[in-house]
Amino acid sequence: MNIHDQLFQGTKICLTPIDHEKDPEVAARWTQDAEYQRMLNSDLVRPLSPFQVKKQFETLEKEAEESNNQFYYAVRTLEAPDRPERLVGFAHLYWIEWVHGAGMIQLGIGDAADRCQGYASEILRLMLRYAFMELNLFRLGALIPEYNLPALRLFQKAGFVEEVRRREALNRYGKRWDHLQLGLLGDDWKASQATD
Amino acid sequence: MNIYQGQLVRLGIEDPQMFAEAFSRWGRDTEYVRLLDDSPASPWSVNQRKQWIEKDLENPTQGILFSIRSLAEDKLIGFVSFWAISWSHGEAWVGIGIGERDYWGKGYGSEAMQLVLRYAFSELNLHRVSLGVFSYNPRALRSYEKCGFRQEGVIQHAFVREGQRWDLIIMGILRREWQDLYSEQNLLPL
Repeated sequence: MNIHDQLFQGTKICLTPIDHEKDPEVAARWTQDAEYQRMLNSDLVRPLSPFQVKKQFETLEKEAEESNNQFYYAVRTLEAPDRPERLVGFAHLYWIEWVHGAGMIQLGIGDAADRCQGYASEILRLMLRYAFMELNLFRLGALIPEYNLPALRLFQKAGFVEEVRRREALNRYGKRWDHLQLGLLGDDWKASQATD
Repeated sequence: MNIYQGQLVRLGIEDPQMFAEAFSRWGRDTEYVRLLDDSPASPWSVNQRKQWIEKDLENPTQGILFSIRSLAEDKLIGFVSFWAISWSHGEAWVGIGIGERDYWGKGYGSEAMQLVLRYAFSELNLHRVSLGVFSYNPRALRSYEKCGFRQEGVIQHAFVREGQRWDLIIMGILRREWQDLYSEQNLLPL
């Protein structure tokens, strides 16, 4: 890693700004998949129209501007000669507390056909480098429902460890589930980069 | 019986101006502020607190704010509030502060917490209540344990104060644990 390496460019995907014209249509389609939303967080699951998603994006950017405590990236596949870049997911750093160097991270791949392609691990790799080497955060947390095994594996592989288990905090699929919080210290991440 | 009333304190509600004046006064005590919140200590003007409280009271589905009043003197000594209430999952976070130092360490906060837990489980019908406590606040930790909260994890090195990193301890109590506790100890008979 050095100063000339691109922060937002991976080998399969890139981190880009929101396209307010084109993205709402695609992101609204993801909300038609309740399974996807259930995997993400505890928010009320409901389908959103492109209009609603557009409003959400606008609110998000307005809040980011006002409180300077979050960064949202639209994740796209890389452009190739035979195909243009395509929106496949998002990455979000939020609840950043600059005084303490702490923040939270979340990411998602919207379309089931785009999962298991290595996109998520590349997003996480780029976002960790961004969080620790550009934003200079000290630590990151991630909230993950205990039934989201792919996310747990992904974050654990990146060095996150379970810190909190809020027992029975989720009511889904007709039963109670724990809501986990995983954490990663920047120092531990840097040490793992040095040995890799 | 009145579910808002205990032996030492009652849960009440104040006009925004009354709350704001108290919050602003308590905010000048940095020991209080640093036990309460991980935001940096900063001046809290009455106006600013008032706006903040009015906004909070506008949205009662996401948060519920109570004042804590001593029964003997009917004095406003602190606040306790639910925030980030998730009705679909039956979870709420709770925060409590006793701004009047003369009332520290005498059971006022613990009783107020027991009263809001009763409210959470017997009126709001929540499944669990969560809270965070700083690793340098053992008095609060003991109080929460007494109220029935269990430690559910530690967010390592969550914040910095006085040049040192401290942990944030997360605690929770489930509805059935609360029920067992009050039936065993006859803590707060309904």
